Amino acid sequence: MSPRVGVVVFPGSNCEHDVVEAVTAVGGVGTLVWHGDASLGDVDAIVLPGGFAHGDYLRPGAIARFSPVMAPLAAFAREGGPVIGICNGFQVLTEAGLLPGALQKNAKLKFLCQAAVVRVETTHSALTNQLDRGQYLTIPINHFEGNYTCDVRTLAQLQDDDRVVFTYVDNPNGSMGNIAGICNEERNVVGLMPHPERASHPLLGGTDGAGILRSLLVAAGARVTTLG
Amino acid sequence: MRFSVFVEVHLREGVADPQGSTVERSLPALGFTGVSDVRVGKALRFTVEAADAPRAHAAVQDMCDRFLTNPVIEDAVITVSEGAMA
Repeated sequence: MSPRVGVVVFPGSNCEHDVVEAVTAVGGVGTLVWHGDASLGDVDAIVLPGGFAHGDYLRPGAIARFSPVMAPLAAFAREGGPVIGICNGFQVLTEAGLLPGALQKNAKLKFLCQAAVVRVETTHSALTNQLDRGQYLTIPINHFEGNYTCDVRTLAQLQDDDRVVFTYVDNPNGSMGNIAGICNEERNVVGLMPHPERASHPLLGGTDGAGILRSLLVAAGARVTTLG
Repeated sequence: MRFSVFVEVHLREGVADPQGSTVERSLPALGFTGVSDVRVGKALRFTVEAADAPRAHAAVQDMCDRFLTNPVIEDAVITVSEGAMA
């Protein structure tokens, strides 16, 4: 059975349909989940997509954590379910306390909309189990607040625990440790600024994101098998 | 009692403030020289109901820690004064 990937729609999300299309194209079943629902429905993985959840009021992601869907989402993550935050979704995960650190404004206050080359730093995560360590991927980025920051102790811990998932080869936003994506201790919650769904088909100009999404389906599928 | 609250949110010491630096670099173009330490933040004003000023302050501090600021990168200066917001 194809893993079902729930893609949460907040008011202001704008990449949800792209993610649904992309995960479906790599063999999953993408389905939209409304942020106001107090249940995730029948899903094997969850993606928080890019956009401007709740208008990014106060701070990106700050209001999203109050959405009713976030309680079952946190429970799903605690049970080991794969939870992915892409771009604004990454910001939501840090604000909700599911990932450490914060995303602040890009260095030089530059809005970035370009292809970025990232390096896969670990294959031990819900987004990289089908990739190789040291592999380079070209994935679009599109953000103003993608400059990952945390205290030095947290950074050391992320690095020591092999929880830095992707790094930028040529750091575009000033992020600490060139971080483009990280995961939690259990490695099932992953946040990243690049948009794999925008590099998932040759018509989009690249397919380097497809391996990331396939990894997600494998993580989701492993869960299906375990629970089944 | 009602207290009017002013919360000034700014980036923590040591966190780069590119908005502040940009404003600082721009001012000399208008002839304003000798300006330094520019920091850009945001401000919130509201009225809060509490038994006394310390309790009002404690409640606002809690709001800041848990919601109004992101403690990873931001700090807040809280000012509480008696009476509803004008």
